[in-house]
Amino acid sequence: MSANLLAIFYLISGVLFILALRGLSSPETSRQGNLFGIIGMAIAIGVTFLSVGNFSTGFLYVLGFLLIGGSIGAFIAYKIPMTAMPELVAGFHSLVGLAAVFVAISAFLNPEVFNLGSPGNIKIASLIEMSLGAAIGAITFTGSIIAFLKLRGIMSGSPITFLGQHFLNLALGIILLGLIFYLCKTQISTWFWIIIIISFLVGVLLIIPIGGADMPVVISMLNSYSGWAAAGIGFTLENTALIITGALVGSSGAILSYIMCKGMNRSFFNVILGGFGGTDQSLSAKGKEQKPVKNGNADDAAFLMKNASSVIIVPGYGMAVAQAQHALREMVDSLKKNGVKVTYAIHPVAGRMPGHMNVLLAEANVPYDEVFELEEINNDFANCDVAYVIGANDVTNPVAKTDPQSPIYGMPILDVEKSKSVLFVKRSLSPGYAGIDNDLFYRDNTLMLFADAKKMTEDIIKNL
Amino acid sequence: MEIDPFIFRLSIFILSIFIGYYVVWSVTPSLHTPLMSVTNAISSVIIVGAIIAALAGNSVNIFDTANIFGFLAIILAAVNIFGGFLVTQRMLAMYKKKKKDK
Repeated sequence: MSANLLAIFYLISGVLFILALRGLSSPETSRQGNLFGIIGMAIAIGVTFLSVGNFSTGFLYVLGFLLIGGSIGAFIAYKIPMTAMPELVAGFHSLVGLAAVFVAISAFLNPEVFNLGSPGNIKIASLIEMSLGAAIGAITFTGSIIAFLKLRGIMSGSPITFLGQHFLNLALGIILLGLIFYLCKTQISTWFWIIIIISFLVGVLLIIPIGGADMPVVISMLNSYSGWAAAGIGFTLENTALIITGALVGSSGAILSYIMCKGMNRSFFNVILGGFGGTDQSLSAKGKEQKPVKNGNADDAAFLMKNASSVIIVPGYGMAVAQAQHALREMVDSLKKNGVKVTYAIHPVAGRMPGHMNVLLAEANVPYDEVFELEEINNDFANCDVAYVIGANDVTNPVAKTDPQSPIYGMPILDVEKSKSVLFVKRSLSPGYAGIDNDLFYRDNTLMLFADAKKMTEDIIKNL
Repeated sequence: MEIDPFIFRLSIFILSIFIGYYVVWSVTPSLHTPLMSVTNAISSVIIVGAIIAALAGNSVNIFDTANIFGFLAIILAAVNIFGGFLVTQRMLAMYKKKKKDK
């Protein structure tokens, strides 16, 4: 196969990947989009086989390894529970990162194959591209591992900070750039290995200071990194499919990070520098005086909702933890039978990754046209009888609108307090992730339901 | 004067960033999780490089150091490709519209 024809096929798979993302603009077209993605991938792999054209024993090994990896992937994809999606995505990011590192190493050891020169005499541009690709890939790898461990609960979600952390990261970043420069100048392979090792370290250091609830930003950011790593390797291998994909994925992750940061009214750097949540002890201590709360049970909640004409459900990470989405849908079904209008309101940063709540509700067979984003539904709270807050906390805190001293001041919140009554399912009065008291608990129209989200929802169903 | 092919690749790269920017903004927020899993799958097109690396060189010694890294990368990328596309498929199959029978 000629190099030109090959390039055209790679271009076609690049275009199919663009269509795959384009399909996600609506759930109806999304399945077709995914199919385009699969076809694009099949074309890219197929023409690569043809271009190598060497159907020897090595080829059989390639097929074998492809099948081994493929079966592992397929097995995971079918077994994974939807609640574990954030961990899964973090885990997958780490694999892309490591694959990028391996391809870069391979190209560095055997540059002739990729027409990059010979060992010890690699083209400077290629050397820059592959060391950047390897460095970003290595950062993606270890960073995603840490994110995975935090999401999985193997590692504590609380931020790990130490003195001089930011200074150390900055220094390592500068050292990395210096090493790439030296590598290009001297072509000594030791520098290449040191670049990779330092990048592994940077990945760890970058993610440990970031707390659990900032994970949506972290996952999006690592998504973006995995794209830039792929693009770096794409430049090295002079492969358009990789360059296009890398650029798409890189900008996709960057946009998602931006949306998540905006949902928290925090700057990207503020999140990356981390340590959020540990510093607000004084504020939470200030609100420690015992204020009266209204305490309700499942019976009261069932009565209130049965007699309401409209109910808005506000799910949060607590719903995912308690696996309450199925019980929730059953509750909504019985409410609908009673003629109650029910909708769902989702805050952009609810859960541990972008769109986390939407997937869980879809899993529980909630039709997607009953689920609304913050801007779409926020005005409806004023006309709604009952807001049922299940597993969300900070995203409903009215303090974000009233108290400029508050760490979450300015964050867009769901105007839950405007509804006639609020049912707040929560295990205790403990503050949420931001470490601040939720004003909503003490309002006259709030009824606290102290229980596990799933248990309470099931009890309400019994009382309906 | 001839233009370096690098400039062409750079142009593709920059333009693709813009395409990505506009395409991703049009993705509905409720599909942001599938967006992440599918971008994950497509970025594993890096497998192309892994295949070339694995099959490089002589056919006498298949498991040269450079080739081994290629083979390892093939496994990792394959996990991602199959896992990524299939889990996306699984998620997207769950998104249903309200039934009109009521």
